[in-house]
Amino acid sequence: MSKGDTLIIKAGHYLFEDGLSLDVDDVTIIGEGMDKTILDFKNQQSGAQGFLVTSNKVTLKDFAILDAKGDALKVIGSNGINMINLRTEWTGGPKSTNGAYGFYPVESEDVLIDGCVAIGASDAGIYVGQSKNIIVRNSIAQYNVAGIEIENSYYADVYNNIASHNTGGILIFDLPDLPQQGGHHIRVFDNKSMNNDTDNFAPEGNIVGEVPRGTGIIIMANSDVEVFNNIMSGNGTVNLSIVSYSDETDDPNYYPHPRRIQVHNNTYGPGGFDPDIETGELAKALYEISDGNMPDIFWDGVVPISQMIFGQPKIDKLKVDENSDVSFLTISPIKYMLGLSNPVKTEKKEFFGVINPLEPIEIDGI
Amino acid sequence: MKKKFQFLLVLLLFTKLNAINDNLIISESFPIKLSEFGFFLDNSAQIPHENVIPYELISTLFSDYSHKQRWVYVPNNKKAKYEENWVFNFPVGSALIKTFYYPIDERNPEFGMNLLETRLLLRKESGWEAVSYAWNEEQTEAYKKIAGKTINVSWTDFMGDKRDVRYRVPNVNQCKECHAAEDKITPIGPKARNLNKDFKFNEGEFNQLIYWMKRQIIDDYPMELISPVDWMDESQNINDRVRSYLDVNCGHCHSPTGNANSTGLYLHLDETRDIHLGLYKKPVATGRGSGGFKYSIVPGKPEESILLHRMISLDPGVMMPESGRALSHTEAVEMVREWILVMDD
Repeated sequence: MSKGDTLIIKAGHYLFEDGLSLDVDDVTIIGEGMDKTILDFKNQQSGAQGFLVTSNKVTLKDFAILDAKGDALKVIGSNGINMINLRTEWTGGPKSTNGAYGFYPVESEDVLIDGCVAIGASDAGIYVGQSKNIIVRNSIAQYNVAGIEIENSYYADVYNNIASHNTGGILIFDLPDLPQQGGHHIRVFDNKSMNNDTDNFAPEGNIVGEVPRGTGIIIMANSDVEVFNNIMSGNGTVNLSIVSYSDETDDPNYYPHPRRIQVHNNTYGPGGFDPDIETGELAKALYEISDGNMPDIFWDGVVPISQMIFGQPKIDKLKVDENSDVSFLTISPIKYMLGLSNPVKTEKKEFFGVINPLEPIEIDGI
Repeated sequence: MKKKFQFLLVLLLFTKLNAINDNLIISESFPIKLSEFGFFLDNSAQIPHENVIPYELISTLFSDYSHKQRWVYVPNNKKAKYEENWVFNFPVGSALIKTFYYPIDERNPEFGMNLLETRLLLRKESGWEAVSYAWNEEQTEAYKKIAGKTINVSWTDFMGDKRDVRYRVPNVNQCKECHAAEDKITPIGPKARNLNKDFKFNEGEFNQLIYWMKRQIIDDYPMELISPVDWMDESQNINDRVRSYLDVNCGHCHSPTGNANSTGLYLHLDETRDIHLGLYKKPVATGRGSGGFKYSIVPGKPEESILLHRMISLDPGVMMPESGRALSHTEAVEMVREWILVMDD
């Protein structure tokens, strides 16, 4: 292919023994539908992913990538990548031997994932890492460990997606010791994160391996995140949790706590009815603290030590503006650690605040 | 008079036949046949033009036990500039040439060799470009392969065992996967520190850098050069051997400017921070590549170290490097295992 080309892949079932790659700028690859044009990698002998994109201004549309040995669709360092009406799937159901990611743009800018379907990834169905200016919308993620995960990224809109039957529905994470960290300005809205009831099948060692079955949305160690108009329901551990990065790190540039998180106008269905206390620390700790009375919204309350003593700066505080029947739980870590009485707060009134909406994300030409 | 003219014509023809086609090196497209460049006087025997200078590196990248011959070409009256801790800055019109082959029988070179591919890095006006030429079955010519090629090949190894491999000639994009720094294609091998060793040239045995100076293809190099050790040299300290091996086999991607910089695992020679070298470093986007282990390297516990697990694996979704390997490098695996085993916690 050369610059400006459009490649059409006719309907059909295409088998590959080696990974595919694209390194030409300004091209479009278009199939005849995510159920009609099938790129099948079940016989793959080489290549760490099904399809690798390393160029700019690329549009991929209307095809499916099945049973890749590693990641299905990886995009590295692309400036302008549109993934539209694509499907990535491991057809044998949730298995730890499935590839890690369905959609995997990393170190990219102007990333659009629209109308896509991601099924069976042993890490995240849709994963955007260390990227900037991102829209993930109108997509479906099912039977993955994480449905949709935005990690170490800046400026993302995640909306109108359905995340169901994953271990965790939507994760907004930030991790240390990486070239891009300090994830911020993420809007998560109009999504349905429902019935995330698949046991965690991630290979151990991966951060998502810590996610308990039945989590709707988790915000970890990001700044400026707005979560609104979502429906979270049928998540057996907890519908929404806001937590710090809890492992040790010596990275001086890393901020492990969430701040300026705003939560409003969400709808909460049944949650916390079947907490997965076997996986990671979150469910177990929450189960103990809440005495089995799992809340709709959980904040671990962990802030830097100086703020535990002198209080959090007002601007950094969590804001919650939800219906009165939405249950909430947070911990006073100091009281908890010192074994004082009443370390738990369930009254969300003190977290009420006027919402400052974040600016929508815009991508040129979208 | 007539005789003289004939002589001149023969000379001209001879020169022309043996000239390197400088225009092809810098032209926008690649010719179909390798011989068109004129790098070799005898293709099949791989006898280079006199201005195409052979070289070796102190430690080399593992490519399924294939053997490699390397040559450098710098146009007349131009010189490559020395760069600290980096490859020489070669002038426009330069070429790095590398032929991959298996001896028919490693115990007996006289049985001949099976040429697989010749990879070129060509320094054009706009920067480096990579392309590979795969050899025909007759071994008389190599042809441009943009989309790569699979060659099922067998050879007899030093132990007399017959070995088989599904050898992959990389596609052009795969070249870039390793040969990329800050998004531009770059050579990996010819750093001054990697070249700082003796080589048997036609004229005799010399240090390669001294020879390159003598041939006037480089401008300079520092007298005090800290070179990596040959990882195969068992008289050397194991840490130096492993770091040298990891540098040349992993460091081109696993460095802050390489293709795998998003992982935070940096294995190039200059990295000194434990966490970035993998000690108790958690995987980031590793998926099932982790093999169920928690850290890249657990000192004292090679069997729980992801780095070793991925060196051993032959599963495309797990193995490292991502391309260019279909076999496990047993000798290096044993060395890295030993290194992790004796590592202080």
